[in-house]
Amino acid sequence: MSNHKNTRGLLGTKLGMTQTWDENNRVVPVTVIQAGPCVVTEVRTSDSHGYDGVQIAFGDIDPRKVNKPMRGHFEKAGVTPRRHLLELRTADASEYSLGQEISAEAFAAGEIVDVSATSKGKGFAGVMKRHGFHGLRATHGVHKKHRSPGSIGGCATPGRVFKGLKMAGRMGNEKVTTQNVTVHAIDTERGLILLKGAVPGPKGGLVLIRNAVKGGN
Amino acid sequence: MKRTDFVDQASLRDDVPDFGPGDTLKVHVRVVEGNKQRIQVFQGVVIRRQNGGIHETFTVRKLSYGVGVERTFPVHSPIIDKIEVVSLGDVRRAKLYYLRDRIGKAAKVKEKRFT
Repeated sequence: MSNHKNTRGLLGTKLGMTQTWDENNRVVPVTVIQAGPCVVTEVRTSDSHGYDGVQIAFGDIDPRKVNKPMRGHFEKAGVTPRRHLLELRTADASEYSLGQEISAEAFAAGEIVDVSATSKGKGFAGVMKRHGFHGLRATHGVHKKHRSPGSIGGCATPGRVFKGLKMAGRMGNEKVTTQNVTVHAIDTERGLILLKGAVPGPKGGLVLIRNAVKGGN
Repeated sequence: MKRTDFVDQASLRDDVPDFGPGDTLKVHVRVVEGNKQRIQVFQGVVIRRQNGGIHETFTVRKLSYGVGVERTFPVHSPIIDKIEVVSLGDVRRAKLYYLRDRIGKAAKVKEKRFT
């Protein structure tokens, strides 16, 4: 991770998808994110920690569920305990202050962002779904093998199956980042961010919005 | 009730008349050509109305020089200037796909009579 870039990040909840119309009266599919408010719970600088970063927190939590060390950590920042904590490496960490609130206004309409979330779990999935294999033929004498991977390697040479070969297995439920998503609109009153197109994760899932690593600004 | 419903509130139109399959409509469509904007009227029979909320659409079918033309509009689309209900149809199904296979008098929808 490059340490000389200014990163702006915001945690939010994915509410779901809907559609709206743009200024040319064309339909735009949008994902609605309840973004923030996040608070800054720790500021890390090269002097104190050897690198620049800022820790942000988001989400309600029952205060009884927060253990003593975490409670002390939040008290130091002067904020009520939150559910999720996340550190962002950013060069302008010193410009943040403890307890500072970050809301949807951190981003502007038309901006390009990256969105990270945990994808929906698909369970144990076959190779066609998991890796996009084409499977075997539907006819011409194929026997109950229509969705199988086919050959997985040679015979006596090499005499084993190579490591990392694409096979069936657990799919989804992993961190996925969608890059270069356009911010369609911001609703500062309700703290909403409307992103153009789909983003990973289920409805109600935690989403991280960051300014784009590539392209954009 | 979806959690995104309140986002749609702003784009929902409140000037949509009550109409359903079988009704004949005049849909006034805003057409943008370069910098100019004009109104084009598309008149025909509604053959379906589907989905709900902001996603709701309806399809209008008409005969243009002997060729069937179908156009689907989102009910809440801003390109629609206004919708005029010309006549109400008397039909027994929600999707009038059978009209596609019919020609001439058979393709006509009976008008609803209130007696």
